[in-house]
Amino acid sequence: MESTILRTEDFNASFGTTHVLKNLNIKIQRKKITAIMGPSGCGKSTFIRCINRMHELNSNATTKGKIYLDGQNIYEQNPTILRRKIGMVFQNPNPFNTMSIYQNVLAGYTLNSYKLTRTKKDEIVEESLKNAALWDEVKNTLHKKGTFLSGGQQQRLCIARSLAMKPEIILLDEPTSALDPISTSKIEELLYGLKRIYTIIIVTHNIQQAGRISDYTAFFYLGELTEMDETKTIFTNPKNIQTQNYITGRFG
Amino acid sequence: MMKERLRFRETRNMIFKFFIIVCTLISIIPLVLLIVYIFRQGISVINWHFLTSLPKPVGEAGGGILNALIGSLLIILVATMIAVPFGVSMGMYFSESSPNWVYKIAHLCVDVLQGIPSIVIGIIIYIWLVKPFGQFSAFSGSVALSFMMLPSIIKSTEETLKLVPHSLKEASLSLGVPYYKTMLRVIMPAGISGILNGIILGVARVAGETAPLLFTAFGNPFMSFNIFKPIASLPLIIFNYAISPYEDWHRLAWGASFILVSMVLILNIITKVTETRWKVQF
Repeated sequence: MESTILRTEDFNASFGTTHVLKNLNIKIQRKKITAIMGPSGCGKSTFIRCINRMHELNSNATTKGKIYLDGQNIYEQNPTILRRKIGMVFQNPNPFNTMSIYQNVLAGYTLNSYKLTRTKKDEIVEESLKNAALWDEVKNTLHKKGTFLSGGQQQRLCIARSLAMKPEIILLDEPTSALDPISTSKIEELLYGLKRIYTIIIVTHNIQQAGRISDYTAFFYLGELTEMDETKTIFTNPKNIQTQNYITGRFG
Repeated sequence: MMKERLRFRETRNMIFKFFIIVCTLISIIPLVLLIVYIFRQGISVINWHFLTSLPKPVGEAGGGILNALIGSLLIILVATMIAVPFGVSMGMYFSESSPNWVYKIAHLCVDVLQGIPSIVIGIIIYIWLVKPFGQFSAFSGSVALSFMMLPSIIKSTEETLKLVPHSLKEASLSLGVPYYKTMLRVIMPAGISGILNGIILGVARVAGETAPLLFTAFGNPFMSFNIFKPIASLPLIIFNYAISPYEDWHRLAWGASFILVSMVLILNIITKVTETRWKVQF
């Protein structure tokens, strides 16, 4: 059974006078991994930042068109509430450097002043770290600073931090581009396991990575959606010549 | 030929290095001598009696600076309480804001404020606070000093918060944390050492200010805890004793100077310690 969790309708985004995203119409399937690919500057990151409205940090960003999450336009919702439903992991690991591993996982709750009991806290921390495949490595050092971890571990900590909020969608903006191959493969495995529970949208520069882990692939070129289909189809039988050229490494 | 040229350059390097070291030493010497002189003059006056008793009238032996010590601490405490919320908020605004016209004007104001002579601030507060209420008060002194503390607090808050990585802010906002909580609970703690530094340096800067207190706190030979009444302070007592014709009072002035310089020295050492201890690694 396939169902759409997120859909855009003639979506446009601009920074000042630069038109970055042009008339996007995309459907994202529930509990699948969707990879967003394309050459640099094609609007991949901008697109996923629009999904949780992080692009609004840039004061000259404007958008036109609609994005629906479960049938509701996200631009009519409160951005802070929306961001609790749509988690995000960034290119460079960014754990809170003043907090321990334990506090980092719970940051979404504590910073929002949710009151949790001790057992509930322990439960969330253990579950999130297990889902992020980090539990075994840090279970004895939970109260050490998160910044003592290696880059790959920090990134998994950041994933655990957004999992703790039980979001509906997790956005990953090139989560492995700053990591070594072993850490990368760990994160890929982990994402593969996570799609049982979550919808995942991942921006990646790495064509093999998109091929390995995603169910659907969207190919962006100069701010437009060139092609979107099941990953298998995109890789074996792309309809668009630009997609084909990119996948076979002729440009990008 | 080449070799000679190289030797010539190296000699010039040596001369240059020698020159900057000598200049540094020359400027340190008077500073060290100054501190040594104050300590030598002041230390002989310092004893328990000096710190815990009130000034005596002319002619009577002894007498201390307890009221001035308490007065100074009180004025500085209230000044800090006024300056910190405004200074930190403004620094935060500067670090967050894009350079629009409000930013530019406010920035210019802070730069000018830093350069306004302290006596002028004293006179202005006299006109704003002392005249309308009809009396000198510790509070008006605190307001004057808080103006003088502002630039240091604002500048250091702004500079520190600008150094906090943008990625931390993104991390917090993407967890659905509202902007104000992100600023107060993520960005501020990450820059706390720098902000504290600015505050302590601000305190150290105003601790010895005399001119703004002449027209505001005024001075008081008796003990007072009321911030809405005139109050004594260390700089004022030094000024009054030093210009008096009595040998005995001159000695008291040296003692008070010693206390004041020690306070500033200790504050500066605390700054150095917080700088290294509380520094957050990015």
